[in-house]
Amino acid sequence: MIQDTFALIYTGDSNPLLRELTLSRSVAAVPFGGRYRCIDFMLSNLVNSGVDNIGMIMQKNYHSLMDHIGSGKEWDLNRKHDGLFILPPFMTKDNAGVFRGDIEAIHSVLTYVRRSSQKYVLFTGSHTIFNTTFDDMFKQHVDTGADITIMYNNDPVFSAEDQNRDLRLIMREDGRVMEMEWNPYRPRTNARSCDVMIMDKKLLEYLIEEAYARGDSDLTRDILQRLCGTLKFYGWRYDGYVARLDSINTYYKHSMEMLNVTYARDLYNHEHPIFTKVKDELPAKYGPKANVTNSMLADGCIIEGSVSDSILFRGVTIAEDAKITNSILLQGVSVGAGAVLDHVILDKDVTIRPGRSLIGYDNFPIVLKKGQTV
Amino acid sequence: MKKKIVAMLLAGGQGSRLGILTSHMAKPAVPFGGKYRIIDFPLSNCVNSDIDTVGVLTQYRPLALNAYLGTGQHWDLDRNAGGVFVLPPYMTEKDGRWYSGTANAIWQNREFIDQYEAEYVLILSGDHIYKMDYHKMLKFHIENNAAATIAVFRVPLSEAHRFGIMNADEHNNITSFEEKPKNPKSGNASMGIYIFNWKLLRKYMQEDDLDPNSENDFGKNIIPNMLNAGERMMAYPFDGYWKDVGTITSLWEANMDMLGNPPVLDLNDPNWKIYTHNLALPPHYIDKTAKVSDSLITEGSVVRGEVVHSVLFAGTHEDANSSISDSVVFPNTFVGKNCKITKAIIGENAVIGDNCIVGGPLREGETVDNRLTDDITLIGNDVTIPAGTYIPLGAVVNAETLHLYTKEA
Repeated sequence: MIQDTFALIYTGDSNPLLRELTLSRSVAAVPFGGRYRCIDFMLSNLVNSGVDNIGMIMQKNYHSLMDHIGSGKEWDLNRKHDGLFILPPFMTKDNAGVFRGDIEAIHSVLTYVRRSSQKYVLFTGSHTIFNTTFDDMFKQHVDTGADITIMYNNDPVFSAEDQNRDLRLIMREDGRVMEMEWNPYRPRTNARSCDVMIMDKKLLEYLIEEAYARGDSDLTRDILQRLCGTLKFYGWRYDGYVARLDSINTYYKHSMEMLNVTYARDLYNHEHPIFTKVKDELPAKYGPKANVTNSMLADGCIIEGSVSDSILFRGVTIAEDAKITNSILLQGVSVGAGAVLDHVILDKDVTIRPGRSLIGYDNFPIVLKKGQTV
Repeated sequence: MKKKIVAMLLAGGQGSRLGILTSHMAKPAVPFGGKYRIIDFPLSNCVNSDIDTVGVLTQYRPLALNAYLGTGQHWDLDRNAGGVFVLPPYMTEKDGRWYSGTANAIWQNREFIDQYEAEYVLILSGDHIYKMDYHKMLKFHIENNAAATIAVFRVPLSEAHRFGIMNADEHNNITSFEEKPKNPKSGNASMGIYIFNWKLLRKYMQEDDLDPNSENDFGKNIIPNMLNAGERMMAYPFDGYWKDVGTITSLWEANMDMLGNPPVLDLNDPNWKIYTHNLALPPHYIDKTAKVSDSLITEGSVVRGEVVHSVLFAGTHEDANSSISDSVVFPNTFVGKNCKITKAIIGENAVIGDNCIVGGPLREGETVDNRLTDDITLIGNDVTIPAGTYIPLGAVVNAETLHLYTKEA
C-alpha cells in the first residue's frame, strides 16, 4: 500500500492505428481480455496499491467510458472522502474545451490537483495494460530522491508500422535516465516507458504552468524530453507482462496471448483482482453439439457451434455448425448457423447472418465496427 | 417513509434435508445454477416487481447469509428509503426468544413493518427457484378485495400429498386447506407465497401469539384460523417454473433443468434478470484437451477435461483426462487428473485428488447411507479427497465420513 499519493489518469489518447475499435470510444474504453475494458487494469492497479483519490481526465469520445465507470462503485471508489473524480473538458475563458494535448488537459484540471491533499501524484496514460501494484516503484522514488520516476519494461519487439506513443529511456546503470527518445526511427534501447510516472504534486503544477505559459502541448516531448538532463529522472523496471494497445495488430497479438496460461496468470493475478462493471449474465451455456477448444469465454455466451483459439466476450451467441477460429468477438456478437469466421475482430453487437464467411490473416485481421451486419 | 407493500423473506430454516450442504450455512445461501444462491431468486423477483423493502428473517447459521447480503447492493437494494434488512431474533427488557414458527418470526418483527405503514405484506420463503411478478399477484389481491392471497402451483394429484393443498372454487376462492393430505381433493399446492392485508394479519397474529397451543405457523395456524373466521381468501394460480429445492434430489434436478435446449428453467431473460453477487473473475478458459457439451460454465473456471450435462460454478478447475457428467460443481473446486465424476454435487472449495472415482457403482458387499441422497453422490464443502479414492454413488462425504472411503494404509 502506498501512502500520500493520488492519481491522475489521462484518457485523451486517440489512436488511429486501432482502426474501427476507437471509432466510437477512447482507447481507455477499448474492450480487452474477454470481459474488461483497457482502463479496468489501470484503475485496479491503483486501487490494489491503496490509491483512493483518482482523477480521470476525459477528452474525446468519453460517453462509452463514462457509461463503464459510473460512480466508480465496482472499484470501491464511490467514497465520501476522495474517491473517483471524472474530469470532462469544459469551456472557460482560458480554453475552448478541446485540449491540444496532455499539457492543456492537466492545466484545465489544476484545481483538482491543488485541492488533492496528497503530496505525490501518479500520472498515467490509458493504453498500457499490466497487473501490478506501485508499492516498489513508490519506494524507489523516495529512496533515490528522484524528481520523476518513470515505469518501463524491456520490450524486445519493435515494429515501425505499429509505433504509437513510444518513449524510450536511455539510462545509466543505477537507473538514472540520461536521454529519451520519442517515437524513434531506430530505437537504441528496449527500455520502453509504460506511461506511468510518480512525482511531487508541486513539481507537476510548476511544470504544467510553465509549459502552458510557453504554449507547449505535449508532456513527453515538451517537458520530459526537454528537462531530461536538468532534472533527476529515474526508470523503474517492471518485469511482468505488459500489453500495449498500439495498433490493431498488437491488439490482436496481445489478446491472443491471453490463451497462453503464463501470460494469463500474470495479468489475472488472483492476489490483485481486476475489477470491472458487472452485468449479471448467466453462466456460459454449451449446447449438445458445442465444440470448444483453446478459447476464453465470458459469462452470457451461448455456444451451439464450434470455437477454437478465440476470445468471446459477454453474451456472444454462436449458432449450430458455425465455425470460429483465431477470432475476437466482442460483447453481444451473434453468429448465425453455418457461418465461418477466421482471423476476425468483431466489435460489439455485430451480427453475422447464417452461412456467411469472413477470413482474415494473421497479420491482417478483418475488423468490423460496432453494430454492423454481414 | 410509507410503503404500500413490504416483503418478508423467511430464511431461518436449517434445511436439514440438504444434509451436509447446510451444515455451515442457512438453506437460502446454498449455491444454485452456476453463479447464484437460492436467495437471489426471491430477492430478484422483489426488485423486478418494484418491491424495494425486504426484511430477511434469519436464525440458523446466519454468517454466510449476512455476508452475502451485504448492503443489498448486488440486487440494487441499497436504497435511501427501504432496502434489504437482516432481522434476527432479539432480546427485550423482559425476555427474548427464538422464532418459534413462521408466523412468530413476522410477529416479532411487526415494528419493522409498522414503521413503513405498509398496507400489504408479502411473505416469501427462501428455498424456492422460480421467476414471479409479485406485482401482478398484488393487483389480483387488490382487485379481489381479498384478506389474504396465496400463490398456488398445480401439481399432479398423485404428488399432492407432499404439499399444503388449497382447495378453491371456480372463482379461486379458497374453501379449505389441507396440510400434506392423504387423500387430496385438488392439486393446488401452496407455494409458500402469501399476501396479507397487514392490519388484519397483525390482528390474527396477536391472537395466535396468545394461544399457548399454537405452533405460530402460517400453514398450521394463521391460514386455518382466517379460513374458519370466514375471511375472503384467494388462490393465485401460477403457471411458470417453480421448484422447492429443499432436498438433495430436487436441488440436483433444478440445476439440471437449466440445461437442454430450450431449458425447462430459462434464466436468459433480459427483462427478468436474476441478480447475484458477481465476482470480478476473468472469463473461463477451455483448453485444447477439453470437451464440453450441454453444460453451464462460469467465469474463473479452467476446463482441461471432459464436461457433459453439468453445471460448473465460478473458479472450478478440472484437469486433463478427467470427466464430469450429470453433476453440479460448487465454486472454487479443484478436480485432479484422470478422475471420473458422475451424478454428484461437489461442495465449495473441495479438492478431488488425481485418479478418483466419484459416484461409481456400489462394489460387492458395499453399502452407503443414502437416505438423503438416493443415487446422487454428495461431497461436502472444503473436503479434500486423496488421490485414488473410490466414492460409490449415493455416498455423503465430509470430514467425518471421509475415512470410510479412503484406502487403508
